[in-house]
Amino acid sequence: MPETVAGLRHVEHVMGTVFSFDIRDRPTPAIRRALAEAVRQLHRADAVFSTYRADSHISRLDRGHIRLEDCPPEVHEVLSLSAQASYASDGWFSIVPAGRLDPSGLVKGWATEAASRLLHEAGAHHTCVNGGGDIQLRGRPAPTNPWRIGITHPLRPQELAAVVTTDHDLAVATSGTAERGAHIINPHTGAPVAPFASLTVVGPRLTMTDAYATAAFARGKSAKAWLERLDGYEALAILPDGQEWRTEGFSRYVT
Amino acid sequence: MRRAVLATTGISTLTIMLLALKPHQVPALAGVTPRTPTTSATPHTSTGAGTGTFTGDPVDTQYGPVQVSITLTKGKITAVKVLQAPDQNGRDQEINSFALPRLAEEALGAQSAQIDAVSGASYTSQGYIQSLQSALDQAHA
Repeated sequence: MPETVAGLRHVEHVMGTVFSFDIRDRPTPAIRRALAEAVRQLHRADAVFSTYRADSHISRLDRGHIRLEDCPPEVHEVLSLSAQASYASDGWFSIVPAGRLDPSGLVKGWATEAASRLLHEAGAHHTCVNGGGDIQLRGRPAPTNPWRIGITHPLRPQELAAVVTTDHDLAVATSGTAERGAHIINPHTGAPVAPFASLTVVGPRLTMTDAYATAAFARGKSAKAWLERLDGYEALAILPDGQEWRTEGFSRYVT
Repeated sequence: MRRAVLATTGISTLTIMLLALKPHQVPALAGVTPRTPTTSATPHTSTGAGTGTFTGDPVDTQYGPVQVSITLTKGKITAVKVLQAPDQNGRDQEINSFALPRLAEEALGAQSAQIDAVSGASYTSQGYIQSLQSALDQAHA
């Protein structure tokens, strides 16, 4: 893409993290409106799903103060997607990991994918939406260039473990302990686990890609065999001792 | 327009430089809070579009000011120089001798990787400030 083509960028602090929007299409009024709407929806998702807010629907639902029927449609959507992720991962993805209702493991990816979709529907077909380190890509950054996504090395901050390259829609999700410590719970034991320094999964759409990254992380040793069986998903894992493994098809995305 | 882009590239480099002052990496500098540098990186030599040396404003840390300059050649970072860094005692100097060259190298590495975005363990709003994604956002803002 010639440097003269102006895209649109936006950075939004929301949901306890930062969302970065990188839109490479010429910004039409429709695209600008969609970006504003996407940002509004992120704040709404925070208000509805935050487990840090006592007044969120999720918190009130967990305490039994409201019933599922009292919740807005997106709660039903997220719970249904969570059930799918849980089923597809043999229970390794869970929204009650520590006995309390906590769909955080899916909400951020879902919200990022939804933002990407809103932009797409408004005519922005070449976009990168990064929700705190988990990314939904569409199209390509320039007619002749692929997207290039750096995967942070969890043990050597500021170095990249790999660069994922794609010239079509792709989601990239990384679970790890580098930023928030051991926060992933083994839903079968209720204990926090850290079998990986980081685990990156690539797949078509971020909601499931992100949920699968969380599930595979919790799964530990058997994660690779499980990921190899998942059609359309590939992964790169870095172990706490610095060793790494990649699924067979991961090389397709690495230059 | 072009000028503005170059200036922000300077700032992003400054951000990358400050990344290495992360508390867990450099214990003696723990507690350094990178501020958003004020934006007056000024080219003091310029020999054409996207080429020149740009000096960032000094950024105050609790251990003293840090200041860097970058050299651009046709829009790409070709050199990063540390003009000022805390060196009050032997420990400072020891850290600087290790961390600063590595930082410069990393700033160059990230640039040459030509990446569009960064995926990693979910960062907090605070963690974002020190992230490579933040540097990329600023570089293209």
